[in-house]
Amino acid sequence: MNTWINPDALWKIVVVGILAGAGLPALFAVGVRALNPPVPPAGARGYTVAVGCFAVVLAAIGWGISLIVGHS
Amino acid sequence: MTGNDVVLVLVVVTALGFDFTNGFHDTGNAMATSIVTGALPPRIAVAVSAVLNLVGAFLSTAVAATIASGLVHSQDVTLTVVVAGLTGGILWNLTTWYAGIPSSSSHALIGGVVGATMAAAGTSAVKWQGLVSKVIVPAALSPFIAGIVAALGTYLVYRLTRGVAEDARTRGFRSGQIGSACMVSLAHGTNDAQKTMGVITLALIANGTLGADAKAPTWVIASCAAAIALGTYVGGWRVIRALGKGLVEIEPPQGLAAESASAAVILCSADFGYSLSTTHVATGSILGSGVGRPGAAVRWNIARRMVVAWLLTLPAAGLVGALAYWTARGIGGTGGVVAVFAVLVVASIAFYVASRHPAVTPENVNAAWTGSVVPEPVTEDETPDEVAR
Repeated sequence: MNTWINPDALWKIVVVGILAGAGLPALFAVGVRALNPPVPPAGARGYTVAVGCFAVVLAAIGWGISLIVGHS
Repeated sequence: MTGNDVVLVLVVVTALGFDFTNGFHDTGNAMATSIVTGALPPRIAVAVSAVLNLVGAFLSTAVAATIASGLVHSQDVTLTVVVAGLTGGILWNLTTWYAGIPSSSSHALIGGVVGATMAAAGTSAVKWQGLVSKVIVPAALSPFIAGIVAALGTYLVYRLTRGVAEDARTRGFRSGQIGSACMVSLAHGTNDAQKTMGVITLALIANGTLGADAKAPTWVIASCAAAIALGTYVGGWRVIRALGKGLVEIEPPQGLAAESASAAVILCSADFGYSLSTTHVATGSILGSGVGRPGAAVRWNIARRMVVAWLLTLPAAGLVGALAYWTARGIGGTGGVVAVFAVLVVASIAFYVASRHPAVTPENVNAAWTGSVVPEPVTEDETPDEVAR
């Protein structure tokens, strides 16, 4: 490991950052779209997709909080 | 009460004062995007952020001691050094806040402490490798990483919601935005409040009040949590306005993408032991959200001004810290520390008074951006430009 810069931590931060920081908003967007399709109403399938998306996003937030608490 | 006790009390008061400026300087990192898109009313936003900062400060104290011990040799840190370092940090924070520049509070603190330590014990007292690998390299990389993540997130979000009615999209993303801003607030409380806890603990150890390996006592944790929450609640409206209105005109989907990127990068880096500047990450994310949305205008001249301030933060706070140390040493003893403290108080009051004419408040924070932090057309006040140069 380089002493000035840690490439191992760097690429992990980039990958996890993209998955969580860009992936979760994208998932949220899928949920919003499922609830508000171009041709309303959303229907049962739309609601199911939306609930699934939002559930994953909430789970990820819970994981983030457990990360913070885990540092103590 | 002996002279040393007086100095110790001043250290604690100054540290809590820094923590307070840290709070109001950084409110915008979490809440600027939610305030400008109307997801939350300004006063509610700062109140929510304050509560989450308070909670966050209690969640974890793992890195509390690392801020000073990894950067300077702790045997060279005296109470006078700590007061001088904090003075440097506070004065730089107030300067950049007055100019409406979101600069890093962590860098101001680190710069102040490093500068004061160098003034006291020479350049060999600084762990340069620690400074570069733990502070400078992460600071140089983190805005780009956050910006790329936010740009990608913004692009995906707009792509995926094509065809969704405008008002439905705005409504949906406003609620999501609140959630992501809350995560940033929580992470900020955990990250930044700990830095002040570390400084106070270090002072208590230097004074012999605590043993060498002691952890932050409960009263230190509680008072730091309260100080940062209070500062957050006061709200640095100038910085909020610069971040939320100055850089990019933000829509709710961009706000969600920006805050999610910030939260993800900060939390992930903290897991690897990097205590990033929340400010650098948040600014990078907001810029990225402007790049990622087709047709959005990014005011790069404002961004450039912020970057200049970031580069200046470490040396400028260091210089003030060193000057404060030499002043305290020149006068000598308890009197010297009291004098530095008095100057700090007077300077802080002067900044506050100057910021009222004209003031940026919750009422005018969202006014259209006309090129300056202060919304009204001003004739005599061109401070932001002057300071940035």
